[in-house]
Amino acid sequence: MTVGFAFDAGLAVLVLGVAVWTIAARAAFAAVVGFVTFGLLLALVWVRLAAVDVALTEAAIGSGVTGAVLIGAAARLRPTEAASAAERPGAAMRLAAGALSVLVALALAALVLFPPDPAPTLAPQAALHLAALDVGNPVTAVLLAYRAVDTLLEKVVLLLALLGVWSLAPDRFWGGAAVPAVRPDSGGALVFLARVLPPVGIVVGVYILWVGAIAPGGAFQGGAILAAMWILSMMTGLTGAPEIGRLPLRLLLVAGPAAFLLVGLAGFAVADGFLSYPAAIAKSLIIAIEAALTLSIAVILGLLVAGPPSREPRHRDAGHRPAGHGEAGR
Amino acid sequence: MSALGNFAGGFVTVVAVTAGAFFFLAGTAGLLRFPDPLTRLHALTKADNLGLGLIVLGLLPRATGWLDGLKLIAVWLLAQLVGATVTQIIARVARRDGGTA
Amino acid sequence: MAEFLLIAAGFVLAMVALGLARVLRGPTDADRIMAAQLLGSGGIAALLLLASATGVSSAIDVALTLALLAAFAAAAFVRATARPESGDDGRAGGQ
Repeated sequence: MTVGFAFDAGLAVLVLGVAVWTIAARAAFAAVVGFVTFGLLLALVWVRLAAVDVALTEAAIGSGVTGAVLIGAAARLRPTEAASAAERPGAAMRLAAGALSVLVALALAALVLFPPDPAPTLAPQAALHLAALDVGNPVTAVLLAYRAVDTLLEKVVLLLALLGVWSLAPDRFWGGAAVPAVRPDSGGALVFLARVLPPVGIVVGVYILWVGAIAPGGAFQGGAILAAMWILSMMTGLTGAPEIGRLPLRLLLVAGPAAFLLVGLAGFAVADGFLSYPAAIAKSLIIAIEAALTLSIAVILGLLVAGPPSREPRHRDAGHRPAGHGEAGR
Repeated sequence: MSALGNFAGGFVTVVAVTAGAFFFLAGTAGLLRFPDPLTRLHALTKADNLGLGLIVLGLLPRATGWLDGLKLIAVWLLAQLVGATVTQIIARVARRDGGTA
Repeated sequence: MAEFLLIAAGFVLAMVALGLARVLRGPTDADRIMAAQLLGSGGIAALLLLASATGVSSAIDVALTLALLAAFAAAAFVRATARPESGDDGRAGGQ
C-alpha cells in the first residue's frame, strides 16, 4: 500500500461521502453547498488522474458557475419549496433510479478496471502532430485543431442554451435586463470583495487562456473565470445585468463562434478544407480563435447565470409606452 | 556547496510543512469543538492564515524556477486577501442569524 | 521528500474531511458557508503539496483557480441566504 494509493483512497472516500450528503440534504441551499463542495473536491481527483485541464474546467465551471446557476434557481424556487417537497417521487421510482445509477457505475468501473488489451488510445497519434502545430498542450491541439468542428458546435450549443434561458421571459420583457431576485446591498465586505477580486480574476483568466497553448488551460477555463468575476460584480450590485436587446452585447456573444466559423470557411480558400489551418500560421490562428471564444464564453456564462430578463427595456423606439421600472424581481 | 544548499532547503521544507500541517490540525480541532459559529470561524482562519502560509513557505525552496515560486506567493497572497474578506462576510451572516435566534 | 509531501497533503485532506463533517451539518447558514472557506484553504494547500510532490506544476494553476472560485462560491452562498425583504446581506447596521 503506497502513500499515493492511500491518498487516492482517502480522497475517493471523501468525495463519495460529500456526494451522499448532497443527495440526502433536505433544503435546496444545503444541497447546493454540497454540490459545489463536491465539485471542488472533484477537481482534486482530476489532478490525481493527471487530467489537469479537466480539473481546471471542473473548478471553474463544474462547481463555480454551475453552483451559481443552481443557487439562482433555488432562490427563485424558494416560495414553492414546501409544496414541491411534498411531491417527492415514490419509493419505487427512487429504487429504480438507484438501480440504474448502480448499473451505470458498475459498467464504467468494468471498463476502467478491465480494459481490452491493448487499451485503445489515440494518444500517440495526437502527440505525433503537435510539433507541426507548434502547440505544446495536446488537449488544446485536440480541441482547436484535430476536432475543431466539435468545439465550434459546442459553442453554438452554448448560444442556443442562452436563447433557451432568454425565452423564459414574458414577451413584454424581451430586450430588457435581468434584475437580481434579492436587492443587493450597497456597502460592506461583500462589495469590497467584488471590487478587489475581478482585477485579479481577469489577470488569472487571461493567463489561463494564454498558457493553454503549452500547458493545461485554454479558452473554456479562462472564459469561465472571467464569467465568475463578472457574475460577482452583478450579484453584489456593482454592475447591472446588460439589456439583452443591445447590439454591442449581441456582437460580443457571437464574436467567438463567428470568428471560428470565418476561419473555418477561409480554410476552403487557403488550405485543405473546412477548419483546416495553413501550417505556417496555425498557432496564431488557434490563439486568435481562443481569444475570441474566451470573450464569448465569458459573456454567455454570465448571462446564463443572470437569467431571463425581468424588466422592460429602456431603449425602445418612439411610439411604445415608456419603460418603467416594472416589477423588479419576482 | 550545492549539497549543503539542498540539505538546508529540505530542512526548511520539512519544518515549515510540518508546522503548517499542525496549524491545520489546530484549526480543525477548534472547528469541531468550539460552541458557536463565530468561534468556529475564528479557528478556521487560523488554519487558513498560518497553515497555508507555512506550507507555501516550505514549498518555496522546491519551486522549479522563479515563475513557479512567484505563482506560489501569488496563490498565498490571494488566499490571504480572500480569506480575510470572506471571514468578515461570514461573521456578519453569523451575527445576523445569531442576533435574531 | 515526495512521500513526505504526499503524506502532508493527505493529512490536510483528512482535516478538510473532518471540518466538512462539522460545517455541512450546520445548523446555521454561516456554518455551511464556511465549507467554501475551508475547502478553499485546505484544497489549495493539498494542491500545492501535490504539485511539489508529483512534479505536476500545473496543479498550482488549479490552486489559483480554486482560490478565486472558492471566494466566488462563498459570495454566492452569502447572497443566497440574504433575506429578500430587507435586502440585508448580514450588514449589521449602517455602513
